[in-house]
Amino acid sequence: MIEVRNISKSFGEKKVIKDFSVNFERGKTNLVIGQSGSGKTVLLKSIVGINSIDSGQIIYDGRVYSEMDVKEKKEIRKEIGMLFQGGALFDYMTVQENVKFPLDMFSEMSEEEKIERVNFCLNRVNLTNSNKLYPSELSGGMKKRAAIARAISVNPKYLFCDEPNSGLDPKSSILIDNLIRELTVEFQTITIINTHDMNSVVEIGDKVTFILKGVKWWEGDRNDILFSDNPELNEFVYATELMKKLKSTKAKRTN
Amino acid sequence: MHAFNYIGRYFILLRYVFVKPEKRSIYWKMIIREIDVLGLDSLGITLIISIFVGAVITIQTASNIDNPLYPNYLVGFASRESIILEFSPTIVSLILAGKVGSRIASEIGTMRITEQIDALEMMGVNSAGYLILPKIIASVFINPFLVIISMFVSIWGGWIASVTTGLVSSSNYIYGLQYGFKPFTITYALIKTVVFAFIITTVSSCEGYYTRGSSLDVGRASTRAVVYSSIVILLFNLILTQLLLI
Repeated sequence: MIEVRNISKSFGEKKVIKDFSVNFERGKTNLVIGQSGSGKTVLLKSIVGINSIDSGQIIYDGRVYSEMDVKEKKEIRKEIGMLFQGGALFDYMTVQENVKFPLDMFSEMSEEEKIERVNFCLNRVNLTNSNKLYPSELSGGMKKRAAIARAISVNPKYLFCDEPNSGLDPKSSILIDNLIRELTVEFQTITIINTHDMNSVVEIGDKVTFILKGVKWWEGDRNDILFSDNPELNEFVYATELMKKLKSTKAKRTN
Repeated sequence: MHAFNYIGRYFILLRYVFVKPEKRSIYWKMIIREIDVLGLDSLGITLIISIFVGAVITIQTASNIDNPLYPNYLVGFASRESIILEFSPTIVSLILAGKVGSRIASEIGTMRITEQIDALEMMGVNSAGYLILPKIIASVFINPFLVIISMFVSIWGGWIASVTTGLVSSSNYIYGLQYGFKPFTITYALIKTVVFAFIITTVSSCEGYYTRGSSLDVGRASTRAVVYSSIVILLFNLILTQLLLI
């Protein structure tokens, strides 16, 4: 379990995360939702340690990550896979080299074993026959899948995804969402996903945390969220006509 | 205040650059890549500039030495001194600051704004060491070769100019090249080159590494990298000349 205890984060005078506490469980897709600028990315980057926090604690399976020194944090980071918003694939490497990079850096595998692992990961994300392509030759969805393959190549215990389906068409978004869900269950990772896509919430939201102006505003799962009476949450959830229709259909069925 | 902030940031970055590599074989591959990208890719422009500037230096020197009391071979002598002491190490380094410096700053800056550096950090890789150290080693290794090639090509360009224009005879030019030659001038030029290579890569990397924002900021960082490294090169040119030649 990842425990986030009363963390705060400011940039200059601006307080972005305010006394935020939440627990993320293993084998579940934990979604953090909120409007753009609500502090989701800062929260995620604080949890993984890219941003240092001003106060509070972040605990990875009993290990107080926020109080570790650089060397200890590096060891934990080897257990983390992260999918960045744009994929963050290395431009000068092929897909194969990108996925193999963490293995080259930190494993003692032979070259054959590494290639085997790379092919397994690429197969797992349905990206076969793309080994020799460069990121510039991939579509948005393929980049995301290659980035997921890189993230899972080291068998991570923790998987972080920052807006994994931003910029993707609905079909590709669902594919990516379902892929992350499958990997979470298959590898029993603690998966934390930042998103403002309600489709993702409905599809894979085992646990959903709503953040508003840096404060934890609501917590529940994908079933609770549609019937919540929290006005700020409802304003966010039912911002689109599609979601409004979904709500009225559900209400009719319930009646 | 801004200057102090910049200098402090530069030295903090260097502290992270010079730490033990996570895996030497990976760094070695990066060094080979950087030698190709930063060194061999700069060979063409170095050759073109050197041959033309060598020719111009010779013609200008010849046209300025019009006193019949001065022997004609002084053109070769003066051209050699200008090329070895100043043109090849300093001017070629300034040109490389423009070409290589902007490339380094924009490459690392783009990696920063597209979160590739964050991705490295997340994997537990020392991003400063992994990205910058191979560039420093590659430049410090390859730039002296570029400068030595530049010296030969410039002198050859001067010879072509002197022979084709008839300002100096071939034998006089070659005699002038050999006249009063001090091997230390080569050492002096190579010391300068190594220091300038270090300045180009570290100043440009620092600009790229601390880029924030959008592609516009990458462009600004790239421009600043060229301007700052050129200024620092000129400053160190003065300091090293004072220290080594006087």
